[in-house]
Amino acid sequence: MKILYFAWVRERVGKAEETVEPPAGVATVADLMEWLAGRDEAYAYAFENRRVIRAALDQTHARPEAAIAGAREIAFFPPMTGG
Amino acid sequence: MTVRIQREPFDPAAEVKALIGRRTDIGAVVTFTGICRGADDGKPVAAMTLEHYPGMAEAEIERHVVEAQARWPLMGVTVIHRHGRMVPGDDIVLVVTMSSHRGDAFAAAEFLMDYLKTRAPFWKKEEGPEEAGWVTAKADDDAAAARWAAAGTATGSQD
Repeated sequence: MKILYFAWVRERVGKAEETVEPPAGVATVADLMEWLAGRDEAYAYAFENRRVIRAALDQTHARPEAAIAGAREIAFFPPMTGG
Repeated sequence: MTVRIQREPFDPAAEVKALIGRRTDIGAVVTFTGICRGADDGKPVAAMTLEHYPGMAEAEIERHVVEAQARWPLMGVTVIHRHGRMVPGDDIVLVVTMSSHRGDAFAAAEFLMDYLKTRAPFWKKEEGPEEAGWVTAKADDDAAAARWAAAGTATGSQD
């Protein structure tokens, strides 16, 4: 699946997007954040405060408990500050 | 409905004129323009850069326009949000709502702005005189958006 990062999540991870193949046990948005946070120090820093990070599945806002099965594109970003 | 995400500046007057066209049944047009401020909470801002999520930004704003159209009898809506680098005084966002009566147009414009601030995937990074930093989301904005969830269709004559 394709993962996108925006704003300070992107800066901390060090890339805007990537394709990953998480293991079978990674079922929800929260699971995916947990798995990403364990990859290395940059990801651990990006996802250290997981409660503030928002996610979107296929360009629709998603809650941490949302299932990621079937999603083509998952995005992680801070609370929005547009307008 | 017109929803555009663009780097270029926009012309509010031209957008209103285009939305009205030759219609004669419009009684009220509300326009809101959000502008880049030269200071935020007392700290000077030299410039800001707006990052966005292409595709989702358009889709999310369109979803809220559809909801606004379901809540109020609107005759036209235009939303334009810029991205890229802006300096104080530059326009950032435009919302235009049209209806027979002002109450519906005012309410819809406020609803759209409240949701746009908290749900549309845009992020501001401000440049101060010495350093740059991401703007923190404000609890006031969340509260402003939340009141619409409870309010339902709040206003206005439908006639």
